[in-house]
Amino acid sequence: MSESITFYQFTGTRDYIASPPLVDAVNCAIALERPLLVKGEPGTGKTLLALHVAEGLGMPMESWHVKSTSKASEGLYVYDTVQRLNDARFGDGNVSDIRSYIKYGPLGRVFRARDRHVLLIDEIDKADIEFPNDLLLELDEMRFTVMETGDEVVAAQRPILIITSNNEKELPDAFLRRCVFHFIEFPDRELMKEIVAVHHPNLDAVLLDQVLIKFYWLREQNELRKKPSTSELIDWISALLRSGIGVEQLESHIPFLGSLLKNEQDTEALDSYKVRGGALPNSWRELGPRYNQ
Amino acid sequence: MFLDLFYELRGAGVPVAMQEWMMLMEALGKGLHGSSLLRFYHLSRACLVKSETYFDAFDRVFAHVFHGVEGELDVTEELLEWLRDPKNFQELTPEQRAALERLSRDELMRRFLETLAEQTERHDGGGRWIGTGGHSPFGHGGEHPTGIRVGGPGRNRSAMKVAEERHFKEYRTDLALDLRQMKVALRRLRLLTRQGPAIELDLDETIDETCRNAGEIELVFRPERRNNVRVLLLMDVGGTMDPFFEPVSQLVTALHEERGLRDLRAYYFHNCIYDHVYKDAGMWSRDALPTGDILRRFDERWKVVIVGDAAMHPAELMEPFGNINPRLESQTPGIQWLHRIAEHFDRSVWINPDPPRAWDHTRTVHVIRRLFPMFHLSVDGIHDAIAALVGARPS
Repeated sequence: MSESITFYQFTGTRDYIASPPLVDAVNCAIALERPLLVKGEPGTGKTLLALHVAEGLGMPMESWHVKSTSKASEGLYVYDTVQRLNDARFGDGNVSDIRSYIKYGPLGRVFRARDRHVLLIDEIDKADIEFPNDLLLELDEMRFTVMETGDEVVAAQRPILIITSNNEKELPDAFLRRCVFHFIEFPDRELMKEIVAVHHPNLDAVLLDQVLIKFYWLREQNELRKKPSTSELIDWISALLRSGIGVEQLESHIPFLGSLLKNEQDTEALDSYKVRGGALPNSWRELGPRYNQ
Repeated sequence: MFLDLFYELRGAGVPVAMQEWMMLMEALGKGLHGSSLLRFYHLSRACLVKSETYFDAFDRVFAHVFHGVEGELDVTEELLEWLRDPKNFQELTPEQRAALERLSRDELMRRFLETLAEQTERHDGGGRWIGTGGHSPFGHGGEHPTGIRVGGPGRNRSAMKVAEERHFKEYRTDLALDLRQMKVALRRLRLLTRQGPAIELDLDETIDETCRNAGEIELVFRPERRNNVRVLLLMDVGGTMDPFFEPVSQLVTALHEERGLRDLRAYYFHNCIYDHVYKDAGMWSRDALPTGDILRRFDERWKVVIVGDAAMHPAELMEPFGNINPRLESQTPGIQWLHRIAEHFDRSVWINPDPPRAWDHTRTVHVIRRLFPMFHLSVDGIHDAIAALVGARPS
């Protein structure tokens, strides 16, 4: 790369396989110093991405797990009035110094840190609809003022912000406009093989093929309320390996179904499919054109 | 050509604003696209499109705008051409123009030429773009200097191919009606207010009051914050509505499952609203409720959602005794009842399962649209309808 391009380059890590569009989006967000908003099906590694960006770039990481009761200001700081009141009543602590009762939140800590951090704001859609809007100014200018003391906190280094959303609520336009956006697609067959190889490097190729056929077939079934995701596939393979089940046993039934389907109705739906005489597929050809290009 | 992308995206209904466009320009200015059309595709999608529901529209527009340019597209020339032409800056505010100019011109040109020159060096005779076998920047196992790891063979897809595959089709919201998406849309149907008994401890106020009270605990209570939206749902059933059973029932399910609503009442009618509405879709006379009662019982703050195709014989709408069922004769014409409903309630919407292009062909739709804002029964339509129910009033 030429000298003019002096931004950090994220290329995935040994344990995290990133698709080319994702790599481009991450690097774009880093270079433009904008937040990266990541959406995608549950279990596609949205949260893990931040961890591995931090690892890949060798930066420390902070995370802020948003809850339905989270307020934007909590990410900056909390003024612990109750503690101060308590101290005042019982004569503990240095009550006259308000600063010792200011507790910084994840954003506040990252802004104050000397090194450039990766900050994960996880599941931002869980909070109130106005939550992202309340952070606009702070994220734009990377600074805020502690009202109680008048101190201004300015980010020494603009952190790399990775924000995940599960699509539970829509995010406000003004917020979206400031983000670089990436939607993690569900991994296709080839990418999935690579991902599995990271977790189970010595898996027999024939077994893997059978496992994936069953897995993608399950995902194709529209009756299922919750489709199995990548993390469930990895768990399932671990269970299969530990019990030493061979390829033959996979042909007619799906062992350890509980690690793939987490919903009673889904298990029943599959049972009734079998009762009706439905068969499980054993080759990719049975899965339709999407898997046979 | 670049500006085409911007305007065609807007034309296709993708909400792209100047801010996003500038973001893309900045990214191009930093040479993030390397010199590959595929990475340009990734980059422009990440910067311009903020929801997977627009990915399909983006794919179509991208394929259209850059059709046939692959292999010899000179992104650089096109972009520079565009930047040189002052005509293109007319719509910008002076600040935007200044920002763009700061970023563009020499700087952009230099970066572009740099990346291009570099690309030629590193690939043998690499004058061509991605998609031609071995020398795409997306090599396997990190052979390329940028070191991007890609899966097995067959992944060296070109931007055009990716765009033309259009595999984000199922995420579109203007056609598809997914229960989950519908619920997400309905979650906006809310107006939070604090009303009723003061039962929630207001911690901040309590602390303030306690401090004011010289440290003696003083508890302060306030009413809970709750959704104050009450919905009156009026549904057309039977006849021409039968084909729409599935989407309508999805809407009703989503409404019923939206626990945030303060109240939801549903009544049924056939074709048009006359002297009575019915508590049950069977429309037995024992379930009948005079429409006048509806107007008395529900005050103007109720949000009215009428679901129906608004398609009927004009006489059914305009004439006295217009009811299609002769046993249910009603002296007042349907249009008059609709008028009363529209007058009585503060906010009301009509949701039509027929696609909007069909609306022009039905006379009664024209008449009814004058009384009620009409929206299509799709996720996007519901979205707009909710804005009309609880959003700011259009000035």
